[in-house]
Amino acid sequence: MTPAIRLEFVSFRYDQAWVLREVSLEVERGGFLGILGPNGSGKTTLLNLVDGILSPREGRVFLEGEDAATLDRDELARRVAVVPQDSPLIFPFTVQEIVLMGRTPHLGRWRFEGQRDFEIARDAMKRTGTLPLAGRPMSELSGGERQRVLIARALAQEPRILLLDEPTSNLDIHHQLAFFSLVEDLNRTRGLTVVAVSHDINLASLYCRRIALLKDGAVCGEGRPEDIITEESIRDVFGAPVRVDRHPETGRPRITPIRHHLPERGSRWETGAAPQL
Amino acid sequence: MEDTLHKIVTPARLIRVTLVFSAGFLLVAILAVMVGPSEITPLELLKALLQGRPEGEAAADPGRTILFSIRIPRVLFAGIVGAALATAGVVFQALLRNPLADPFVLGVSGGASVGAIAGILLGAAALPFGTPLLAFAGALAAAFLVFGTARRSTTLSSNTLLLAGVIVNAFTSAVVMFLLSVSTRGEVHNALFWLMGDLGLASGRDIGLAALILLAAFVLIYAHGRALNLFVIGEDTALRLGVSVESTKKVLLAAASVLTAVTVSLCGIIGFVGLIIPHMMRMVLGSDHRLLLPASLLFGGAFLVVADAFSRTLMAPAELPVGVITALCGAPYFVYLLRRSAP
Repeated sequence: MTPAIRLEFVSFRYDQAWVLREVSLEVERGGFLGILGPNGSGKTTLLNLVDGILSPREGRVFLEGEDAATLDRDELARRVAVVPQDSPLIFPFTVQEIVLMGRTPHLGRWRFEGQRDFEIARDAMKRTGTLPLAGRPMSELSGGERQRVLIARALAQEPRILLLDEPTSNLDIHHQLAFFSLVEDLNRTRGLTVVAVSHDINLASLYCRRIALLKDGAVCGEGRPEDIITEESIRDVFGAPVRVDRHPETGRPRITPIRHHLPERGSRWETGAAPQL
Repeated sequence: MEDTLHKIVTPARLIRVTLVFSAGFLLVAILAVMVGPSEITPLELLKALLQGRPEGEAAADPGRTILFSIRIPRVLFAGIVGAALATAGVVFQALLRNPLADPFVLGVSGGASVGAIAGILLGAAALPFGTPLLAFAGALAAAFLVFGTARRSTTLSSNTLLLAGVIVNAFTSAVVMFLLSVSTRGEVHNALFWLMGDLGLASGRDIGLAALILLAAFVLIYAHGRALNLFVIGEDTALRLGVSVESTKKVLLAAASVLTAVTVSLCGIIGFVGLIIPHMMRMVLGSDHRLLLPASLLFGGAFLVVADAFSRTLMAPAELPVGVITALCGAPYFVYLLRRSAP
């Protein structure tokens, strides 16, 4: 079976400097990939190339075997949904209005949402526990609630691929776990292919079935969490000293940060190089 | 969801709201037709309407002549201009994600005024649609200038936006003043009045043209109603939900600029209608543009009909520029919005 997502030697730059360099990556259908990497390593750019917000300067992106460049916007939106980072809302839309917006790529210009669309939206809200919030203005919700509404909107798109852009960065630990458990459940029960960009190595290790490490716009490792998340790789990619042991229940790798020992003045660290470990 | 379903825009709700607002507009228009230097009673109005436009001998009937050749065209025109400005305001506010946007505040009206005055002075009025076309060019230039400035930052702050508008306004009014001071033509005589909005200048042909353009622009904009909702959420979200953002934005910007240009070339600068009306409608009806657009169209029309009735009667027999009335209502409302949106 063709993979859900396939990147072939994809390179991208905004102006001069290359943000991504010859990235090749595959995500199987029903897969759950976590993308880890330091700030500025090109994670979000990678997601934007998959959902068609950006087009690769070189190389090609395939969605379910078809070149993304040949798909029109509606078709892309029916295949790929994105749960973005939370952004402020200027005008007062209600939760159900936001969720129903997910139906846009399925509706013609002049068609109003019909009974089927309402049912899909209701189902998406039920699934994410946002049904009781349906009539509330989005601006009155907490960060965790808003994030769940955004998943509900993505589900209402009925996509086959779900992209998450640092979805839990503003959430407390309870909501982080709830969020990832929900996504994992959707991945298992609906066969939704999930790609999550995350800053939280432990959460990614706990939930993702595969991990890709990104550094300076290139993939420097892709595989099962236990093969990818090691003391060496984290030190190499993030420049952060960590210990890696096993999660007591799942056996997945678990990192524990250790204190930085500030080097002597005038050492390589002060001049911008990675710290000596 | 059933219990809150009524808050969602459905065809039934759209029809209901449109009917209510149409009835309101009609009522306001009938009242406005009756007021003026010579009062027309409801009975006289009814009789005149039943008899129709005066012809032949009946042309001597002053009441009916005033009604058909002055009052009704004027009220119709005020309605069209108010509707056009409010619709343009809805579009600008959505595209800029900012409730403070309006054709006047953004300087789009100012741009149109430069084009229109240049047209009058260059004699472009002799060409068919010469002046409106030049006004459109001016409006478009100002709109793209403001949007271009605003594009620099991804999250558009009100400050940047308003500053860009202030600059464009300062520049265009300087150009207008320059054009006025170097010209010696007779038309310029009316220009000062025109700059604050004068609904009494339009001919029957002008009114027909404005109505046609309003209809065409509104249909075009309404076809993008759902896209406008997504623009309000954010351009990235709109893209991800299947909207071709760049081309849609250009189409909508051009449509809103056309609406602004038509009003400016026919009756001058009338500020704040496009600011107040969309905001009020959003408070009453919510943010869905498929409802917001027709409601703003009709309420904007009714608002300017009322403002015009005041401008005709407050200082009678003298007439105030209608822009004075809208600015007196609009500027305080603007300050209120600014204070509320300030962090």
